[in-house]
Amino acid sequence: MEIGLTHYLIVAAILFTIGIAGIILNRKNIIIILMSVELILLSVNINLVAFSTFLGDLTGQVFSLFILTVAAAEAAIGLAILVTYFRNRGSIAVEDINMMKG
Amino acid sequence: MTVAAAFFYLFSIIMLASAFMVIAARNPVHSVLFLILVFVNAAGLFILAGAEFLAMILVVVYVGAVAVLFLFVVMMLDVDFAELKQGFLQYLPLGALIGIVVAIELIMVLGGWTAAPGIKATNAPQITALSNTEALGLVLYTRHVYFFQAAGLVLLTAMIGAIVLTLHHKPGVKRQDISQQNARTREEAVEVRKVPSRTGV
Repeated sequence: MEIGLTHYLIVAAILFTIGIAGIILNRKNIIIILMSVELILLSVNINLVAFSTFLGDLTGQVFSLFILTVAAAEAAIGLAILVTYFRNRGSIAVEDINMMKG
Repeated sequence: MTVAAAFFYLFSIIMLASAFMVIAARNPVHSVLFLILVFVNAAGLFILAGAEFLAMILVVVYVGAVAVLFLFVVMMLDVDFAELKQGFLQYLPLGALIGIVVAIELIMVLGGWTAAPGIKATNAPQITALSNTEALGLVLYTRHVYFFQAAGLVLLTAMIGAIVLTLHHKPGVKRQDISQQNARTREEAVEVRKVPSRTGV
């Protein structure tokens, strides 16, 4: 059986779903939420690479490279905010974060 | 079943199973390790799809940088993770419901999507003389050069932001300050005391 575009898209769809479910299930643990966001971005990358391969257009892979960049930047900033928050509060409970608003 | 198909199923099954373990593991350190497994298997999928450069970048950037960053933070922060796991069962019905709905929607979109018969995708001619990395480099620095610069700016912003957020000066630390050290005079640096004999200071 030949592996086609649909196979890649279904795998990416399931990965996306796992990421969404992870955000909802681990509402208290912001580290797992950040990891779920990484999973979601990875599934988008798989979509782009699959389309790029099966349509013979390299632009998808270029975009995937940029998504990778943004994901790395997002992880770095998110973890930096988390470290600062932990230093100030002594915990990483997400439900208390709304105290930061004015 | 060809070898490529077998590897496709191997990589995707391991990837999806470890992605599930990322969100279900009790210990966040295990979650991070499963995240690394997800990335490695996704790199395998990328190689199967013919995107070798992205596969290597995925291993270098994600496994080498992002996952290690996660690992550092998880191990550095001394958090009671059992307490954070409390709401898991409470949110399980909602999370499972939304997850199943999203999955069904996405798979239905894929299943209902077929190209009209007779239409062929206008494939650009595959240039076999170039490797994937070479082709990507040729198009990245010419057609997409502004996006490339923008990506650099994003990374610069992330670097400055992370440094500004996490760097903090402790007040009690003694630092070397050349001008201050040179400005010291003998009066404030040296103190002469008269010590009485046989008593000590």
